[in-house]
Order: sequence, then structure tokens, then C-alpha cells
Amino acid sequence: MNTNSVGIVSPQTAVFDEPLALACGRSLGPYELVYETYGTLNAARSNAVLVCHALSGHHHAAGYHSADDRKPGWWDECIGPGKAIDTDRFFVVSLNNLGGCHGSTGPASINPETGKPWGPDFPSLRARDWVHSQARLADLLGIECWAAVIGGSLGGMQAMRWALEYPDRLRHCVVIASAMKLSAQNIAFNEIARNAILTDPDFAEGRYREEDKVPARGLALARMVGHITYLSEDAMARKFGRDLRSGSFDVGRSEGVEFQVESYLHHQGQVFSRVFDANTYLLMTRALDYFDLAREYDNDPVQAFSHARCSFMVISFSTDWRFSPPRSREIVDALIAADRPVSYAEIEAKEGHDAFLLPIPRYLDVFSSYMKRVGEDS
Amino acid sequence: MRQDLTTILRWIKPGARVLDLGCGDGELLQLLQRERQVRGLGLEIDPDNITAAVARGLNIIEQNVDEGLDNFPDQSFDTVVMALALQAVHFPDKVLEEMLRIGRECVVTFPNFGHWRPRAYLATRGRMPVSRFMPYSWYDTPNIHFCTVRDFEALCYQRGIRILNREMIGDSEKLAASWPNLFATTAIYHITR
Repeated sequence: MNTNSVGIVSPQTAVFDEPLALACGRSLGPYELVYETYGTLNAARSNAVLVCHALSGHHHAAGYHSADDRKPGWWDECIGPGKAIDTDRFFVVSLNNLGGCHGSTGPASINPETGKPWGPDFPSLRARDWVHSQARLADLLGIECWAAVIGGSLGGMQAMRWALEYPDRLRHCVVIASAMKLSAQNIAFNEIARNAILTDPDFAEGRYREEDKVPARGLALARMVGHITYLSEDAMARKFGRDLRSGSFDVGRSEGVEFQVESYLHHQGQVFSRVFDANTYLLMTRALDYFDLAREYDNDPVQAFSHARCSFMVISFSTDWRFSPPRSREIVDALIAADRPVSYAEIEAKEGHDAFLLPIPRYLDVFSSYMKRVGEDS
Repeated sequence: MRQDLTTILRWIKPGARVLDLGCGDGELLQLLQRERQVRGLGLEIDPDNITAAVARGLNIIEQNVDEGLDNFPDQSFDTVVMALALQAVHFPDKVLEEMLRIGRECVVTFPNFGHWRPRAYLATRGRMPVSRFMPYSWYDTPNIHFCTVRDFEALCYQRGIRILNREMIGDSEKLAASWPNLFATTAIYHITR
């Protein structure tokens, strides 16, 4: 464990008795949110930072759960003492979103009305529902106004939604590798992923838990296709090339071959299918597809952002084709037209969408610089 | 403080919305923010400059002026500034037109290639001038569109650009003011449509 880690952390659970009215018209409650915090909330309660997770993320963003944990939290590169989100300076809150499968109430939880897992009956959620549930968590923690709300990818969408839904409750909004809405190509990839799950016989129309099944093949396939889109062509070429894991193309050899990239994808898919819930994957990808920042503002992002009061930092990565730089520039242009304070950096990186999780020096530099300014404002 | 910056400062109204093209590490924007309480936005492409400007608490957009400015609405800024960058863009006339479209007023500064020193250098040595101020060789210089004071004013005349103010910087203030094309090292123009 290195010295700039937040060290051993333990998740906490917040219970909300009052039902939450959802965008779909239904309400949910009581419900639970599992979350972690790093750093210390100052006396003025002005140094709190909310980290919103992406599609397959969760509350464990930094540090380790035990001394023999092999891997730290998913954003440990950016959260810790002296890091971009400096825990010596900020009180960082990271939660598992509603509908998730890492402890917060979701499709795998028990529906109190039936005594069985919610499964496919769990209400569909939108990014705004997450934002509202996060606001209740902020209330519970006594945080009136976040120093910053920060998110990458789907997390960035939540951060932007925060700026519109609760303009007085954040001073800075950091949007990394995100977009105001998904492109048709993006939705298409998500639909392949959903279809892989839905057509797995073990999916059992979403009631696989009741039948003691796991739609592992569908979930693995969904992850495989997703994973390809998170990497750049270049990154895959460098990581795997056409290297073989087994077999040979030599004349006279008839056995099949397995490319390294195949083996990698199978491994990723299998690991994912063991730890992730299929209904949650469906719910999260749908929330991602349905998100459209400006829909209720006459489809005009300038009008949408004119409701925001915070400052914005937008970051994109050159080889990210899932949330490409032009999508980030749309956000920036709308913010400029709405006369909101905004900074934008387009980071040269070979790693594709995944770059936002990786220690790319220029990314960490500009992110840290912005966060220092957030710290000075809090 | 750089003399061109203090001149620019004088021409910026308090509280104005200012766009600075090629803002570097944000020195001018910070000055304007401190002295004129402007709402500033800078455009820059150098990563280290961007990080430095962000660290100064400025709003900086990574954007290449040469790739167009059509993401900025008409007349959306009070003043658009471009300090010592006109000679480094691919299409200076187009950038000027864009600046005048986006800003109600513009401030442009550029090194005057008509100054006697580069003239003498070229005349006596027959080679492209290299100096302390322009330390590049012809093949690696970012300054691809040098012009003189007279060239610039001719372009303004052709395009119907109004010159509100001009200020010349030179070794001798008097000479630079009297014969700018020969004695100004840097020209500063305040223009509008």
C-alpha cells in the first residue's frame, strides 16, 4: 500500500425511510445507499466533494477494504492525499447509485411487498433520480453545498444534472469523458449488450435469482462488447497485437488458435459476470441511453446551462471514441454561449475512454490544478 | 509589466466580457480580471500554458484558433483580444473577421516587421532576420505571417475595419509614435466594425 493512499476504508449504509418520487412516475422507498467517505469534513462543511460513478462503478472509489486487498478502489489514481482530489483538503463522498448491485437498493434487493428480489420489477431510473437520491445523502451528511460534484462518463452526466437540478448546491462541476446525450452508435452498443443478457436462457425474464440462476454468458458478452468500446484501436494493438495465447499458424499444425485479445475479453467477461447483476446492467445502460441534458429545456443546451450557477471543468481524451472530444466540446460551447465559467482540456491519450481512470500525467496535472482552485474557493 | 499589456488594460471597460485568443499562461487575463473585474475566457493550445492558466483560477478553453471560431456566437463578447499571435495564425484576415464578428471591439497586437532593424538585417545580410525578439529560423518559426504597420492598416482599410486607437511601442516612444512603420517594434490596435 503506497503512502498516498487513503488506506483502509469501510463502507457505510444510509437508510432513507421516506419514498423517493422517481422520473418514471413510481416511487421507491424505504431504500438504502451504501457509500464511503475519505478525508475530513471541515467545520464550515464547505470542503465536500461528491464523486459520481459510471456504468459499472460503485462506492469503493479509493483505498482498500482490507490489508490483503489486491486492488484499490476504482479511482484511486485520482483520490488520495496529494492526488487530484486531495483528501488532505477535501471530504470526498462516493456512493453506489440507487439500482446498483454493490449494496445500495437495487434489482437484487428484496422487494418488501413480495418478500422476493425485485428483479425486473425494480423501477427504471434516470440520472436525475440518482441526483435526487444523492441530494438526500448530502442532507443526511449535513452538506448544504458541494465544493464540487465530479464524474466521468455516466458520472459526468450526473454531475451536469446536479448543476441544473440543484444550482445552489454545488460550486464546481467537473465533467470528464462525458456527453450531453449518447449518439445512436453508443445506444446501439448498449442495445447489443442488453440483448446478450435478455437472450441468455438463464436470464429467466429477469427472475434468475428466484430460480437460482445467473445469466453469466449474457452478462459476460455484454461486458465484452462494452470493453471493446472503452479501449482505442491503438491501445488494443499495443496491448495485444495479434499475439497468440495458444495454438500456432505453422504449416502442418491443425489445432485452433486463441488470440491474446480473445482470452483477455473472455477473462474480463467472466470476472464481470461473477460480480455484477444483470438487471442492474440493464437499468444502468438504459439510464445512460435515456439521458438527454437539454430535453426538458426545449432541447436547447444553452437554455439548460443558463440555469447553472457553478463553474465547470470539462476534460476529454483524444482517442476516446465512445465519448469523443466533439461531445465534450458541445458541452463547452453551450456553456460559453450561456456565459457560464468553463475551462476545457483535451488530453492527448492513447487509451480511449478508459483514459479517465488512468494516471496520464497531463490529465492529472490539469485536473489537480483545477481542484486546487476548487479548494481555494471552499 | 509588459508595456503592451498596460496599454490593452486601458482600453478594456470594467466588468467587460473578454475573450483572449492565444492567451498563453493567462498573464493578461489575470491582469484584466484583477484590474478591470472582467469576465474573461482564454483560448490556448499549449498544455503547460493551459495547466498554468487553470492554476491561476482562469477560464481556459483548449482550442486552436486556426481551426475556426464558429462555436462563438455573434457579438457575444465585449472585447476580443489577440496579443502577439496574429503573425502565427494560418489566415490572419479570417481570424480578424471572426474576432470582429464575436466581439463588439477587438484589440490586436503584433510585432512590426517594418521596423528598421529587420529591414537593415535583410538588406545588409540578405538573410531572414533573427533577433532576441524573433529568435527563430525561417524554417521552424511559428511566425508565418509577418506584417508591417502599413500592411495592417491597409488591410483594415480594405475590409472596412475602423481603428479606434493605436499605440506604438519602440526603443524611443517619440520616434515610434512619429514614424511607427520604421520605429515601432510592437503595434497595438483597438479596432471595431
